[in-house]
Amino acid sequence: MRKVKSGNLFHGISGLKNLLSRCYIGLIVLFLYAPILVLIVLSFNRSRSRVTWGGFTLEWYGQLFSNRQIMDALVTTLVLAFLSALIATVIGVLAALGIHAMRQRNYQIMMIFTNIPILNADIVTGISLMLWFVHFMPLGFGSVLIAHITFNIPYVILSVMPKIRQMNVSLYEAARDLGANAVYGFFRVILPQLLSGIVSGFFMAFTMSMDDFVITYFTKGAGVSTLSTMIYGEIRKGIKPEMYALSTIIFVTMFLILLAVNYWPEKKPAVREEQRF
Amino acid sequence: MKKKIVSVITMGALILSVALSGAGCAKKKAENGSLTIFNYGEYMDPDVIRQFTEETGIEIKYEEALTPEEMYTKYKSGAISYDLLCTTDYMLQRLIQEDELQKIDIGNMEYIGNIGEKYWELAKAVDPENSYTVPYFWGTMGILYDTTKTNGPVDSWEVLFNGDYAGEIVMQNSMRDTYMLALKYLGYSLNSNDEGEMREAQELLIRQKPDVQAYLVDEARDEVVAGNAAMAVVYSGEAYLGNQYNENLAYVIPKEGSNVWLDGWVITKSCDNIEAAQQFLDFLCREDIAMKNFEYIYYSTPNEAVINALSEEDRQNEALVPSDHATDNCEVSMQLSPEANDLMNELWKEFKAD
Repeated sequence: MRKVKSGNLFHGISGLKNLLSRCYIGLIVLFLYAPILVLIVLSFNRSRSRVTWGGFTLEWYGQLFSNRQIMDALVTTLVLAFLSALIATVIGVLAALGIHAMRQRNYQIMMIFTNIPILNADIVTGISLMLWFVHFMPLGFGSVLIAHITFNIPYVILSVMPKIRQMNVSLYEAARDLGANAVYGFFRVILPQLLSGIVSGFFMAFTMSMDDFVITYFTKGAGVSTLSTMIYGEIRKGIKPEMYALSTIIFVTMFLILLAVNYWPEKKPAVREEQRF
Repeated sequence: MKKKIVSVITMGALILSVALSGAGCAKKKAENGSLTIFNYGEYMDPDVIRQFTEETGIEIKYEEALTPEEMYTKYKSGAISYDLLCTTDYMLQRLIQEDELQKIDIGNMEYIGNIGEKYWELAKAVDPENSYTVPYFWGTMGILYDTTKTNGPVDSWEVLFNGDYAGEIVMQNSMRDTYMLALKYLGYSLNSNDEGEMREAQELLIRQKPDVQAYLVDEARDEVVAGNAAMAVVYSGEAYLGNQYNENLAYVIPKEGSNVWLDGWVITKSCDNIEAAQQFLDFLCREDIAMKNFEYIYYSTPNEAVINALSEEDRQNEALVPSDHATDNCEVSMQLSPEANDLMNELWKEFKAD
């Protein structure tokens, strides 16, 4: 009898606890996603106003793709993100391998150098890069690209480094013993082991580049605009609904990619088993 | 050894790709030179730029900014050499005073006559000899109100202060604009540097504060559109848009006068292709082009050819084409003296903190 009672009481408390934690999570999700939801809803609003609902429409999606300015900015943003991430990944992987091979002291110094650009305020990086570029080259797409590569490299190094530490060096040595030359060994033995770190470094760099406003703003020349700098220019007259549509598309794309990455059937375990031997 | 080769190849690829992307930009140089233009965001129909390049072969590099201060800083930094700037009255004045501009040869421009006499007069506030600035767009500040929620005429700043619409008023959350209307209501100049007048305005605003629903900037218009407030102090461009969303809204420039702003084009000192720059300014004054820009921006235009071609409805719209004497008491806002500016900042801080 007593047991049942206390059980009930316990059940009651844990139920309350459960309810509270659900509410808490609910609130967090609400604050994170409600603004995005509003944006998505507005992208289907016939009225240009943010406060009146003029009926459902796909008009903004249509206008989006026929708006050359937005499309130009989108292409610039994507090309910039892709190129800068790619180049930063190449440099970053080589740098990480080099840094890993250093002695303790130099290793630490180099890692501090790697961390500085990440911790440094964007505006400081942006302005200093601008001052630097002004002396050597005209501001334009090239200067933005170099700037993006610069701030992308540390992210690649940081995501590749742990993989290098986990890497089994004996495998590479074995490959060399068995007659593989350095290049062959690098591509067939080292790279595959680092692949997941490289891929995540690349995507991190890609996102960072797409997101960046401050550094782009300071290093871009006239006539070059990315989505972020373009939206900034629109603020004075109000963001146009085409931008809601574009943001919705970007959000949905990212969402689908995330779903795909998380629910993709895993093939890896078999490979891992093999590696253990 | 091989490692070295790989790194050399990678470096080569890097340099090549950077060089290519650089060349991609440089290749665009057109046969008739190019112009670098600095304008506010969303402040020109992109078609206009395309058409200009098609007609003249002059390539345009177009850059956008948000505030006059930002433009000034970017221009002054010299990172990009701009040929043409479009900016706002007080910044025009500052650039003229700092000798940053080149005179415009108006005699050489075919379509400049489209700009009405009235607007040249307006521009004289910042450019006394009309030698540097070509007016682009202009507007006023006034009251946007919901005709279903107001009784009696709204034609004076008084409606904001007499308590009739307590709790239904949205004011601008910007220092100059707020003091401007208080000073005007009291019968002073909005460019007053006088401490007594400013303190009087301050008192008036503090007394009004309990009646004010909110101090907003961009959302001011939306509050009235959505029916959350009976009236808001807004710029005429915002008022026009508000009217598009909700036809019960009306706009008035109070009879005591208000702030009138003017954006104009100027040729910078660093411009070395003056002929092309003038050609572009003239192009902007051409009726079809000015019409395109007007339909893209919907601010009041100084181009009389465009005004004459407007629909009757638009011409009656006080937010687009203010009636003849509506702007008689209006003033262009100037830089205050440094002391007055400090005092106003101090008062504004007190006012907001109170």
